[in-house]
Amino acid sequence: MRLLKILPILALFLLASANADAQCKAFAKKVCLPELASYTHDGNYHAAVLVEGEEAELYKTFYSDMDYRIAICGEDKLPNIEFRIMDANKNVLYSNKEHDYAKTWDFKLQSSQQLKLIVKVSSFNQAGDTPASGCVSIMFGFKMKK
Amino acid sequence: MNRNHRMCSGLLMVVIMSTIILAGCKSGGNKAPKEDLTVEVPKDNATVYEDIKQAERIFNALPSPLESAMLIKSAGARFDESLLNPVGSVNKYVTNKSMALNLGIYTCDLSFASLYEQTQLIIDYMNAAKKMADGLGILKAIEQSTIDRLEENINNSEVIMEIVSETFMNSNSYLEDNGQPAIAAMTLVGGWFEGLYISTQLVDMKEFNGNKLVGRIIDQKLSIDILISLLESSKGDPAVDELIGQVNKLKVVFDKIKITTSPVRPEFDQSSNTTVLKSEVQTDMTPEVFLELSKTVGEIRNSFVK
Repeated sequence: MRLLKILPILALFLLASANADAQCKAFAKKVCLPELASYTHDGNYHAAVLVEGEEAELYKTFYSDMDYRIAICGEDKLPNIEFRIMDANKNVLYSNKEHDYAKTWDFKLQSSQQLKLIVKVSSFNQAGDTPASGCVSIMFGFKMKK
Repeated sequence: MNRNHRMCSGLLMVVIMSTIILAGCKSGGNKAPKEDLTVEVPKDNATVYEDIKQAERIFNALPSPLESAMLIKSAGARFDESLLNPVGSVNKYVTNKSMALNLGIYTCDLSFASLYEQTQLIIDYMNAAKKMADGLGILKAIEQSTIDRLEENINNSEVIMEIVSETFMNSNSYLEDNGQPAIAAMTLVGGWFEGLYISTQLVDMKEFNGNKLVGRIIDQKLSIDILISLLESSKGDPAVDELIGQVNKLKVVFDKIKITTSPVRPEFDQSSNTTVLKSEVQTDMTPEVFLELSKTVGEIRNSFVK
């Protein structure tokens, strides 16, 4: 009997989840993709619904003959999105927190490197409230080095 | 009081369930293995926050087929149609695994043809990729209108690359959003192997030393662990398990190559508003190791397209 009560709720949230995913894709395309501007989007899709305080990590190899732009966007209902880029020795190479939470970062490499990207949804710091959640999208654009 | 308490508990349960579901693997990225999936009802929001903080999400980003093709071109390689998987093979691929791998392979070939402005091949390979996407049930990834747009802009390489990028994103986002991360991973693996296969085949052994393309191939060692990690997130799927075995064979060869990198020094270039990550790298791939690598890549790629 209890299960019968829970199942519709579960179904409702599964539907909500599917809807959230579709919204995330639309958000990534409409809001984040234009941030790449003249850079060619690599075509990969990295987006997820994140909650205040939640972190995500991404590992990617970047190559020496390319110019890159990283664009990281969060829905308006989320607090600032922080991101840091680290090398294999965990040295922080860039933090957008020191650049007024910039959404994009342009860079190139002298030699190819595997880098780690850490994305964190900061917190509104309002104890007792339901944590805000929303889409966060990570996109990479590139162009051949001139 | 009791009623209120029950309502609050119920509400909290709903919030927790929704958080768990929303934070699930469907929305892209993989859960960190350390995450405990046991559901407990925490007593307050602070505990909820703690649980969320532990629910780290990990993305493993392989070079996309478009990026792989771009790397080949930037190394100054020539175009060779005979290296591509013939479009006439499309009907051979009937399993989800073969369609997923060949969606990646055809997308890489399409990207390669696009970058070298091979107009007829661009249309042919877009149709081949569409056939794979349709076979996988990926709705609206590549519609007839996309092919029409491609034909209308066949001499505009910028628009073509935009279309290729868009169709690939449509495919992998559909797969991620519809709970098919294993298929999404296999698509990426197919594209990555195709790029590596084409690169290894284009190396002229007479010009091995100082060859830029060889440098690009060595760089792929940096992605092999990402590739394995990507596949391991779908471990248990027989098709993926088989791929993990094949990729591990390749890793054994890549492990024979040593890459030494100096610490990375970020330097901001004001004129271009760009950060330059400076570092020096030393590698030591011998022609023998290259030939072994080339043979292994060829065997694996040919098992994908047969």
